[in-house]
Amino acid sequence: MPIRFIPKPQSRPGLVAYLTVGDPDLTTTRDIALAAIDAGADVIELGVPFSDPLADGPVIQRASERALRHGTTLGDVLAIAADLRRQRPDSGLVIFSYFNPILRFGLERFCSAAEQAGVDGVLVTDMIVEEAGEYLASLERHHLAPIFLAAPTSPDERLKRIAAVSQGFVYAISRTGITGTQQSLATEAEALVSRLRRYTDLPIAVGFGISNAEHFAAVGEFADAAVIGSALVRIIEQDIERAAPQEAPSSIGRFIEGLRTGPRAPVLQVR
Amino acid sequence: MSTVIDPPKTSTIAGRFGVYGGRYVPETLVAALDELDHAYAEAKVDPAFQARLDSLLRDYAGRPTPLYFAARLSEELGGAKIYLKREDLLHTGAHKINNCIGQGLLAERMGKRRIIAETGAGQHGVATATVCALLSMECVVYMGEEDMRRQELNVYRMRLLGAEVRGVRSGSRTLKDAINEAMRDWVTNVRTTHYLLGSVLGAHPYPTMVRDFHRVIGKEAREQIQEKEGRLPTAIIACVGGGSNAIGAFYEFIPDAQVRLIGVEAGGHGEKLGEHAARFHGGSPGVLQGTYSYLLQNDNGQVSLTHSVSAGLDYASVGPEHAALHDSGRAEYVTATDQAALDATVRLARTEGILPALESAHAVAECIRIAPAMARHDILIVNLSGRGDKDIGILSREMSLKGA
Ligand SMILES: Cc1ncc(COP(=O)(O)O)c(C=O)c1O
Repeated sequence: MPIRFIPKPQSRPGLVAYLTVGDPDLTTTRDIALAAIDAGADVIELGVPFSDPLADGPVIQRASERALRHGTTLGDVLAIAADLRRQRPDSGLVIFSYFNPILRFGLERFCSAAEQAGVDGVLVTDMIVEEAGEYLASLERHHLAPIFLAAPTSPDERLKRIAAVSQGFVYAISRTGITGTQQSLATEAEALVSRLRRYTDLPIAVGFGISNAEHFAAVGEFADAAVIGSALVRIIEQDIERAAPQEAPSSIGRFIEGLRTGPRAPVLQVR
Repeated sequence: MSTVIDPPKTSTIAGRFGVYGGRYVPETLVAALDELDHAYAEAKVDPAFQARLDSLLRDYAGRPTPLYFAARLSEELGGAKIYLKREDLLHTGAHKINNCIGQGLLAERMGKRRIIAETGAGQHGVATATVCALLSMECVVYMGEEDMRRQELNVYRMRLLGAEVRGVRSGSRTLKDAINEAMRDWVTNVRTTHYLLGSVLGAHPYPTMVRDFHRVIGKEAREQIQEKEGRLPTAIIACVGGGSNAIGAFYEFIPDAQVRLIGVEAGGHGEKLGEHAARFHGGSPGVLQGTYSYLLQNDNGQVSLTHSVSAGLDYASVGPEHAALHDSGRAEYVTATDQAALDATVRLARTEGILPALESAHAVAECIRIAPAMARHDILIVNLSGRGDKDIGILSREMSLKGA
């Protein structure tokens, strides 16, 4: 299972990059993912577009609509995963989906196809541990890491159960809310990560609202990795809006490189 | 292609109806659902809570509602005796208030003073806004822009009652999209906000809790028909959007195997995906908005657009308990088209002087279809879930009436 976060100089965190597959189109998504990996992303989350993305803010909602307008399917996502795996054997690949497209595809059939494609892990936004019996069994049969969300509202006994069934990494949600960029990093995130630490040695990735180099560096102070989603999807959208979608891979590459070399947040220097 | 899962074998969540139901939500909401589940379990056995609920249902909402013998309609159709359960006479004009009073009191008990809700036809939004006014709570109602257009009167009513109505522009701009937006609000403000869901949908405990708040419909109807006829009805007919009025009407009769339970879905204006909201006729099991039930979806698991002349039935999924009743064969699910519902509206208005909501008119349409072939001693109870004042705009656009 190649999901791993190599400790980086200056405690910069690992990077999990979320992309909505099929936005702007399948080939470009693949090229964006390659650019993200080459710029330093450790794990790519391939987002399956869904008609009713109720955990997502406007940016990912719009990306999902664009991807669905030209008929992106779970099968397409798996094909992109296989292509990425061929080209970059060492990077982490996670499928990120709502449950229904997987259910419709067939849980077992999906897991088998994901394994064949070389996918490392699966994260289903609306799958909670209590409902996950069959899901976990299927994932295990196909050597896929189950990645679960942990929320600031999850009490300790839930964090314990989440940690117990997770593999690869645990995804700590930085704040109550939907996906989307924000000005400042929520203070809830650090408290959640330290609660989670009591129950797991797995890497902990913090996501939701991480939008720039300062947030990214700040997360590095207390977590193993940061998930960046809406900020990337918004950059892609801006290239689409200015009729230059082919620029998206290099825009994303530049943004990610900027995270790595960007200035530390002044607030952290004070501390 | 296997799409049916069998979660009860492994699920540790209560609130399963056969294989259906469960809890498919973002992790952030689980603690709030657990809190609601516990609060409801406590309230259910708390005599003080029940007394307050009963008193508001009686003195504020107007329960019990009459079971009215529709003599002229029965005569005209020439078959079964038709009774109407008059939920349309409740305060705010529909059954929705039963659930809103219940959940409003629960929210108060949990110390949550901000209420959010979705609404399709606007009846649930109006009932929620009403209860929030009564209990002095902040109220935000999400409503698809298409529904705001076609149920304009109810938008104004909600605002008059002090609620904030937020238009939803995504998807088909109807009920499903309003629920998505309400869930996004809830996930963001979950610590201070109660989501007052308006039907037997969503994650556990909603389908069970909302059903319990509407059980009173069937309880009353059962006693009333025993009193009037000395026997149980041949069948009970109710429209099925999410399914709250139907499950409320059916529930007490489920053990009475001789009583047919007939749910009526929106047949819309065609049989192709997108032209109707008949989940049991074009749908298949799937997960939407927290629950596993029948769902109108395409081969890739994307949820289909739906259509109905009635906003309250225009929804891609259906309450999970109905899915179980469908599969077990205990209840039957049929459809009525837009046109049949419009015709039934006029027919009931002109034979009985009762203007039904377009949702309820779907149940009336099925009654009109089957009553003539039934025997004189057969009894049909139609759950008249709401009144039609809200639909005057649609009715005047959809048909030109002789003499009007
Ligand atoms: C009068 C009336 N009947 C029925 C419905 C459909 O909901 P349910 O199936 O939950 O009863 C609505 C929903 O808006 C309604 O206003």
